[in-house]
Order: sequence, then structure tokens, then C-alpha cells
Amino acid sequence: MKQHYWNEYQKAIADDHFFYERSCIRQTFFPGSETAFLRIMREELGKDIRDEANQHTCTGIGYHSDIVPLETTMTVVARLFSLMSDAGYENYVPSCVTSFGIFTEMIAMWNHNPELLEKTKKVLFDTIGRKFEIPLNLAHPSDIIYKFRNELKTKMKFQLVNRFTGKPLKVVEHIGCHYAKIFPEAGIGKAEFPHVLVGMIESWGGEVVDYPERRHCCGFGFRHYLLKENRGYSIANSKKKFESMEPYEPDFIVTNCPGCNLFLDRWQYTIAEMNNKTYDKNGYGIPVLTYEEMAGMLLGYDPWLLGMQLHQIQVERLLDKIGIPYNIDEKYKGISGQVLPRPENPINLLV
Amino acid sequence: MKQIAIIGAGVAGIEAASIVSKNNFKVLLFEKENDIAGNIMNKARLFPDFSLAVELVNKMRAKINHPNISLHLNSEIVDIVNHNNEWELTDKKGTKYKVDTVLLATGYTPFDATLKEELGYGIYNGVITSLDLEKMFQENRILNSLDEPPGKIVFLQCVGSRDEKSGNDYCSKVCCVTAVKQAIEAAKLLPDAEIYIFYMDLRMWGQSFEELYREAQETYGVKFVRGRISEAASTFDGKIQIKAEDTLVGTPLKMTTDFLVLMVGMEASLGTKALAHKCGIDGPYGFALGKDRFLEGNNTTQEELFVAGSAKRPMSIADAIADGRSAACTIIESENRSN
Repeated sequence: MKQHYWNEYQKAIADDHFFYERSCIRQTFFPGSETAFLRIMREELGKDIRDEANQHTCTGIGYHSDIVPLETTMTVVARLFSLMSDAGYENYVPSCVTSFGIFTEMIAMWNHNPELLEKTKKVLFDTIGRKFEIPLNLAHPSDIIYKFRNELKTKMKFQLVNRFTGKPLKVVEHIGCHYAKIFPEAGIGKAEFPHVLVGMIESWGGEVVDYPERRHCCGFGFRHYLLKENRGYSIANSKKKFESMEPYEPDFIVTNCPGCNLFLDRWQYTIAEMNNKTYDKNGYGIPVLTYEEMAGMLLGYDPWLLGMQLHQIQVERLLDKIGIPYNIDEKYKGISGQVLPRPENPINLLV
Repeated sequence: MKQIAIIGAGVAGIEAASIVSKNNFKVLLFEKENDIAGNIMNKARLFPDFSLAVELVNKMRAKINHPNISLHLNSEIVDIVNHNNEWELTDKKGTKYKVDTVLLATGYTPFDATLKEELGYGIYNGVITSLDLEKMFQENRILNSLDEPPGKIVFLQCVGSRDEKSGNDYCSKVCCVTAVKQAIEAAKLLPDAEIYIFYMDLRMWGQSFEELYREAQETYGVKFVRGRISEAASTFDGKIQIKAEDTLVGTPLKMTTDFLVLMVGMEASLGTKALAHKCGIDGPYGFALGKDRFLEGNNTTQEELFVAGSAKRPMSIADAIADGRSAACTIIESENRSN
């Protein structure tokens, strides 16, 4: 494989002063990731990033499920941009890859059809009296972490290296479809060979696994899982990927999309319970991390503050491999110190 | 004696030069490379008779051995202007040439397969182009990444042709039969190998092409699958996994192969695009436009400016030679008429 091809295409990413928009679902499934990103931006990189209190959905899931019409999505996006304009920011950073795709799409439509932009401006002003500007720079948080990956490396306490063997950890990376497959120029490395996660992994000491189904869908899809009848398609896609990556014995999977993270993690449990099959030779499954969790754990953040205990595939074996300390007694404690109920153990999947 | 500049010493340019030089034209034959017939020199054998490419090149070389022809190698024409019925050409070094007539025979360039990212050319060693395979044929051996004879070879047609994504909607015309030729050559070298050709249509338009297609199936066991390959990736053991749809059976399929050979199409060369544009005769996809499609295909809208060969559109070697000859006749006829 000739790696050089991956990083040929780079996109413009702002240096500072970002307006952050949170994801609807990430705070539920990966509750520490967004907080970790804000901490990295402010404490490690010294950047100005606004965490807006009045933000709301981008309508992404409703839009892609044909529940929310285009005009509504356009106006909702316009309102989000108006919050950015009011706060005096020009660089928009949506946490979710679906949102990133929505914003990229709406901006492209406005650029191609100025009359749609005028209509949106009029509707937004007539209904709620707000005005907005199109962001000067639209970047996904993974773009920003990628941009500053080498600076972050100097602050990291750990590397993606197996401390027992001294060898790089083998990492499967998976990019959300809406990051670069709708608009290839929106992603670092474009659509087919995106470099955004590869760059982080390689800079931080790991080795990327190039397996045959690397570019296959994670199984998320919108209709695949929203309709119960279609969920077989979802799990079949994930299973295809697991089978393909299994011979390479990856140490973990990292993604930049909430859907990919969720389904690559949870479907491993489902497949284990249905077929008594795991894709890790020891029976524990392959941990699935967000890129913020990956960065955070290497920076030495407490894994439980990163929310890694909420994963289906448990992360302790990975933390042990890297040599990251953790207190097992703190795993199921809330922020206030209250001991939370432990989840039930699966039957087949080891935890 | 009238002076003509022929830009491009490919087969069309050479054939035209050889004829007009014997008919009272002094020929300045410009070639940007350091030898003639570059695109043919990249091939081992030619369809449909498997004759050696080098033999044709030698014959072409003999054709320009004439006192009225001066061959200018390493001489890339970068500018062309008409002043008072006289053409002024400038090469890359800044040397200027004044001539009465110009024949544009700047030819084609193969499609850059790295633009089809999903097919993995330039990324995986097992993904090669039809030109890379010709080099292997020239060395008379095909070895995979483990230095072993491959057990399977898959050809994919229409890479950079008939493809909206790459911006080339047109058919490159020669890839269908080239794949059949190469499949037979591979089968002769590797009798035990499985060989597949993935196609959209098989356009066997030339003399003996259809027979070659039949021979590939009946004698050499080449398997033809109607369908496009959507993606190539590397496998655990360093082979290439492809995903495709068999559109006759109506099912998706996956296959692992030692080599995926991309049949790259033909694009207007950079020289064709630039010079045709400067002369105002650029047509769709950057090819040069003839005056019409029937009787004046070698004339252009400019006086004393003619065009020949694959600078006009993708064509086979035989067609390009015939078109060069046709251009020569047109040029001589035009000169006779003006006298």
C-alpha cells in the first residue's frame, strides 16, 4: 500500500475562535467526548471556542428520514448560524458528522441557488426576526484535532503503542459517510481515502489497518435502523466489516461519526449474543472509541470522565495495553460520587 | 516548395509527413519526446494480429527517412499564431518557425487512473493499468507482489471512458479489443490463470475483432462478466478484493484477484488541448475539431490548418494511420487547387 496518496488533499481549517454545536445523540451515547473536545481546545491548545446554550437540533435525522422537509431544515440551519453571528463568530464547528453534512449541503445549495438563500433569510427574519451569515469556515471537530495533532502529541502522556510488545497498536479507522462522501472536498483526503483519522493515528504512534471492507458502510444508515424491519441490513453491514478486519487482530476501532461509533460498538454485543461470535480472539470484542476519547486518553484524562465506561465493549484491556492508569472502583460512580447501578453482563460477550 | 509543420510524430503525423514530403512539401516534423511513436513504443504487440509494435515503429521510422523531412525531437510547440496567411510556431525553447501550412497531430494521452480513487491505482500494487501490463508483456513475464505467477487476473473496461464521474462521456473505442488481446496474451503466458473481463458493452467494431473475442472465450477460456467494479481493496494476503455487480445475473459479487487491470481510456493530450484552443478549433473534451464529420474531416475552420489522428478523437492505430494519409491527401489537394 502506498500511504502517500491518503494525505494529498487538505482543506482549509480556521486557526482559532470557533462556534461549537453539540450533537443530539453523542451526549447520550458518548457523554464525555464533547466535553473532552472543549477541554482539549481550551486547556491543551488555548483556543477560543463557544459552547452556545441556546443551540438546538440541525434536524439531520429527521431530514434524512423524510420527516423534516428541506425548507424546514434550511431555516433551522439558518437559525443556528444566526446564533453564531450574534455571538460574533465566523468559524462553525458541528460535533456530529450528520450535522456537518447537513451544513455543507445547505451552504452548497445556497451558493448554487442564491434565491434559496434570500428566501431562507426572509423566512427566518419574518418568523423570528433573526439574521444570519454563512460561516467563513466550516470544519468538523475531527478536522481541528487533525490540524493540531502534532501540537497535541507534544502534550500527550501516552502513545498508541503496546507497552508489552513495544509495537504500534493496530487501529481500524472508520469515517462517517456524511463527512466526505456527499461533498468530497469537505473532508481531509476526500471521499475514498480520507486522512483525517489516519493522520491522528499515525502521528500518535499507531498503525492503521487497511482491511478489504475498510470503506464499507458501518451499518448505521438512517432507514437501516430507524425501521425495525430493516435492522437486519444494518447488522449485516457491520458483521461484514468485523469479519473482514478480524484476521488483522485490531486493538481498537476509532470513528468520527456518532452512528458509526454506536453501531460498531453495540452490534458486536448483538452478534455475540445471537451467534456466540466475537471478533477478538479472547472473546471481549474490539473496543470502539471516538477520536476525542482517543486523544483524551493519550493526554492522560481519566477514562471514566471521558465516558468510556458507557461503551458496550469494555476498554480496560486496551488501557492496560497502553499503560493508562484507571481506578476500577470509580468506573460506575457519578460526578457527585454516587455509586450508579452496574449494567447487566452479557451472556456470551466477555466484559 | 511549400513548407508544412506537422506537430506530433505519432503514426498519423508520420504517415502524413511521408506522403506530403513526396509531393513538393518541405516538412518540419515536431515531436516533444526524444523519439517518435511514443504511444506505440509503450505496447508489446498490437491487435488484432499480435504483430510486434516495434516492427511497426521501425517501418514508420523508415517512412520519415526523406530529404524533405526534418525531424525535430524534444521540440514541444507551445504557441501557434497566424500572421498574414503565414503560421508562426514557437517551441518551448523560444525558437520560432514560419510555415505555410500546419497539421495538428498531437494525439492523445492515457487517462490518469489515480483519478478513479475507488479502484486503488497508485495505492495497491496489484492494481495496474493496461499500459503497465504492456510493460510486463514487453519483458515477457507477469509476476504478482510475491514474485509468483498470478493465479487470477481481472480486467475492467471503460476506466475514464463512458464515465460521467471522470468527465469523459465518450467511448475510447480501442479498450474493448485491447483487453481481449491482453487477456489472450496473458492466457498464453499463464495457461493456468483464471482471466475475467468486466465490461459494460463489448464493442468489437473492427475487422477480426469479433473473431478475437470468440477465440478468447473458446480457445483461452477468458470469462466475460457484464458489470462495473465499484471498489478495489487489499486483502490480508496482499491480493486485491473487488466488488462488482453482474448485471446479467442481477447480483452483486466479490472476487479476489492477483491483478486488477484498468483499461484506461484516451484523452486529448495536453498539446492537443492547448494548441487546438489557441487555434480556436477546440471541441468537446479538448479534442481538435475537424470542419465536418464527412468530407472535410481533416480540414478545420482555419485556412491552411489541418488536423489528423487521435487529436480529433480516440482512434485505433490503423485508423490514425488512415487518417494521417487522408490528411495528406487533403493538404495536397488543397495545394493543387490553389495553384
